[in-house]
Order: sequence, then structure tokens, then C-alpha cells
Amino acid sequence: MAYFTCFTGILIRELLRFWQQRSRLISALVRPLLWLVVFAAGFRAALGVAIIPPYETYITYEVYIVPGLAGVIMLFNGMQSSLSMVYDREMGSMKVLLTSPMPRSFLLVSKLLAGAFISTLQVYAFFAIAWLLDVQAEPIGYLVVLPALVLTALMLGALGLLLSSFIKQLENFAGVMNFVVFPMFFLSSALYPLWKMQESSEWLYQLCLFNPFTHAVELIRFAMYSQFNAQALAVTLGCTLAFIGLAIWGYDPKRGMVRRKVGG
Amino acid sequence: MIDEVLAIDQLGFQYGEKQVLSDISLSLNSGKYYALLGPNGAGKSTLFSLICQLLRPVSGSLNLMGKNTQKHTRFALKQLGIVFQQPTLDLDLTVTQNLQYHASLQGMSGALTRQRIEEELARFGLADRAKDKVRALNGGHRRRVEIARALLHKPKLLLLDEATVGLDQNTRDAMNTHLRALCDSEGITILSSTHLIDEVKPNDELIVLLNGQVKLQQRCEEAMKSLGVETVQQLYRQMHMSGGQ
Repeated sequence: MAYFTCFTGILIRELLRFWQQRSRLISALVRPLLWLVVFAAGFRAALGVAIIPPYETYITYEVYIVPGLAGVIMLFNGMQSSLSMVYDREMGSMKVLLTSPMPRSFLLVSKLLAGAFISTLQVYAFFAIAWLLDVQAEPIGYLVVLPALVLTALMLGALGLLLSSFIKQLENFAGVMNFVVFPMFFLSSALYPLWKMQESSEWLYQLCLFNPFTHAVELIRFAMYSQFNAQALAVTLGCTLAFIGLAIWGYDPKRGMVRRKVGG
Repeated sequence: MIDEVLAIDQLGFQYGEKQVLSDISLSLNSGKYYALLGPNGAGKSTLFSLICQLLRPVSGSLNLMGKNTQKHTRFALKQLGIVFQQPTLDLDLTVTQNLQYHASLQGMSGALTRQRIEEELARFGLADRAKDKVRALNGGHRRRVEIARALLHKPKLLLLDEATVGLDQNTRDAMNTHLRALCDSEGITILSSTHLIDEVKPNDELIVLLNGQVKLQQRCEEAMKSLGVETVQQLYRQMHMSGGQ
């Protein structure tokens, strides 16, 4: 019961904070909507999409990038939560969480789950707007995709948590955008099918395959069409567990946190 | 009843090559107010981080209520109430929401949480601010909320890390009086670190930390008598100049 109370408390706090920062939702939606409405309109003609699984017919470019943009929302959200963890640590409020008598691993996983919940809500808000813009999947796909979204949000949240355990100062966070977010985004199948990348460069294609975000996007893409991609699930699940494990390790007082001078 | 709340034995800690604390041994008994005095950089915050397990000691041991804190982590953290040097309240949440969050981290039930929040807000004269956002409170009120939060789960040991820094003299005096009264009324033990000498009272148990070592642990008025000084300021200056010898 104490565990449930603790988890609920963390979830409510994250929801309250999110509600207080409603501009976060707007900015989280503006980015993918710009890609969907502006970028996709401009590139529709240039980037023809062949019939590749899970699609069974020709699709428009807008339809192709919707799963990738759902992933992008969660990618930026994961990094946003990482930024807020670094900020919480700098401001000291992280200590409140870490001095709870609950096991630290439970606290960190609870925080991840709460973040994943908020990420998933944002993705559904994006799906709703895309639906209104006539970019639609089958209705059942929106339900089937839920576990894939949660797993992806957990993986990216865990990556953010892992990064936050190693980033010493808020000022260093800009590097994350340049060295993590943008490479993960562009070296994935979010904006273009991988066969197009392979046509251009074999080594870039290999890098894309190495990118866990590629597999998360494919997991979402297949799930949206009620199909199962075992490789994508295995990679996403494996990376989620690895990132969570490393993040918990990073927040062990003997390791990650100790590098930060407490002072006084 | 266990009289000794916290026992620290030969505790040592270092950041990389830099020795921050060495051979710290302390004993804190229940219902007493301990003033931990030391200049900036003496190791006070590090000692607190070790007690509340944000850091792990390199050597030595800590026992809280007779149990080793590293072996009985959850038990130890349940006995602690902590007010950190930096403000740690969520400014955009209300006073009650901040307290509810803390209660949930302690695993407290809903009914108990409501009861304890009501009690602590009344005790600290904050009942009418319960629904206000923390951002709307002044520094003194925010500190009171942090102390109320630290007491919510009825800890045995309250750690105050420079909790009165940044407050005006009147607020500091009121808070210090209030905290000492807590020791008598609740039997709670308080370990309060400060570099503000005027906050130490003759009846307090005084601990002086210099260069990462405990140079004195004694009742303040007894220490003044044995050193032949009349004020805490003189005592501290004398210890500081002699390097605690």
C-alpha cells in the first residue's frame, strides 16, 4: 500500500507540474505539427514512399511520418524530463525524492512511469490533431499502439534519466541536444524509410539500424497498423531495461551523485 | 526507550583525493538540540548528506536508533526529517500539495496525511496559507513550510542544514525558539548546522566542526566555562584561532 501511495504521489505531482506549465504541451505539439503540416507539404513530392511493411498500399508522406513524430514528442519529452531532473538536482528538490525511505530504484522507476504517462497523453493529443487534419490510421490502431507508446516513452525517459545522472551542470545540457536528440532523430526512420537512407549511404544506414529510436519508431508504426515487429520490440525493450539499470546505477550515492560536490 | 538517537563512529569521507571529513565520532541523545557550528567548507553539509544517505561514507559507521544506516536504509530514512540548505519546495504547487507530495514519499495513508498536515500547519501558524502557492509566500513562511514538511511523518531526528540562512533577525529568533520548544514538547532530537554564532544558546549541545574534524562536543555553557570565555562568539573564535587544539 505504501508503494502505491508513493507512486500515486509522484504521478500527481508530475501531472500538477505539467498542468502548471501548460506551455510545455503547446510547444510539445507545435514541433511535430510543423513537421506534419509544413515540412510534409513541402517534401511530399520529393520523398515518394514505396509500399513497405506495415503499409499494404501507397500512403501519403504525412501518414508515413505520424509514427515518427509521435516518437519525436516522446524523445523531446524524455530530454525535457532529463533537463528537469538536472534542474531539480541543482535546485535541491531532487534530494527530497532521494531521501524518501522507499527504495531508490522504485522512486526512479515511479518517476519514469509518471513521465511516460504524460508523454503518452501528449502523443494522443497529437494524434487527435492529426486526425482533424485528415491524417488518420484505423481506429483500432490507436488502441493497439498504446503499449508501444508507453514502452517508447519509458525507454526515452530512462535515457534522459541516465543522461541526467552524468550531467554535472545545467549549462552542459545544450550538448545533449546536439549530441543526442538531433542525431537520434535524424538517424532514424522517423522522417524517411531506411531503404532511402541505404540508397544514399550504407554506413549511415548502419548507424540508423544501431539507433534504438529507429526501432521504437518502427514499433509504433507497426502497432498503429495492428502489426507486431518482434525485432523492434526486442531492441526497444532491451534498451529500456539497460537504460533504467544504468540510470539507477548512476543515481547510486556511491557513484553518479558522488561526483557532484555537495559543499559545506 | 533508546536514549541515543544517532551514533557516528570514526566516519570519514573524501571527494576524490580531497579528505572532507575524517574520524568523526558523535553521539546524539533524544530530546536535545545540537548546534553544529563550523565555517563554510568545514564539512557540515557533507556530514548531513552522509546521515541522510545521499552520500556513502568511505570509512566508519552511522547508527540511527541503534541500527546501522547502510544496512537498514529504509528504517533510517523513516526516522529522519530533513530541511536542506537550499529551498526544496515546488514553487508552483500549493503549500498543501507540497506537503501531500512529501507524505506520499513517506508512504503515509490519505487520512493520516490530512490529519498531520492540519496539525503541522496549525502548529506553524500556516493554516490560512494552506491553499496558497509557495511562490506567494515570503522566505520565512517558506522555511516554516519546509520544517512542517520535515516533521510530517514524526521523525526522531530533525536535520536542519543552515535552515535560517537568508531570513531576517526576527524570523530567525522566532524560528529558533520554536525549534527548541519542539525538543521539549515532542522529544525530538534536532541537529542544526549553522555558521551564525548568535544562533547558539548556552543550553544547546554544541558541536564544533573545523577542517572536517569534530573539535568539540559539549554542552555550550560547560564548554564556555572550561575555556574561560563568556560568549559563544569568544569560544568559537578561540577554537578557530587555535585550530581546535
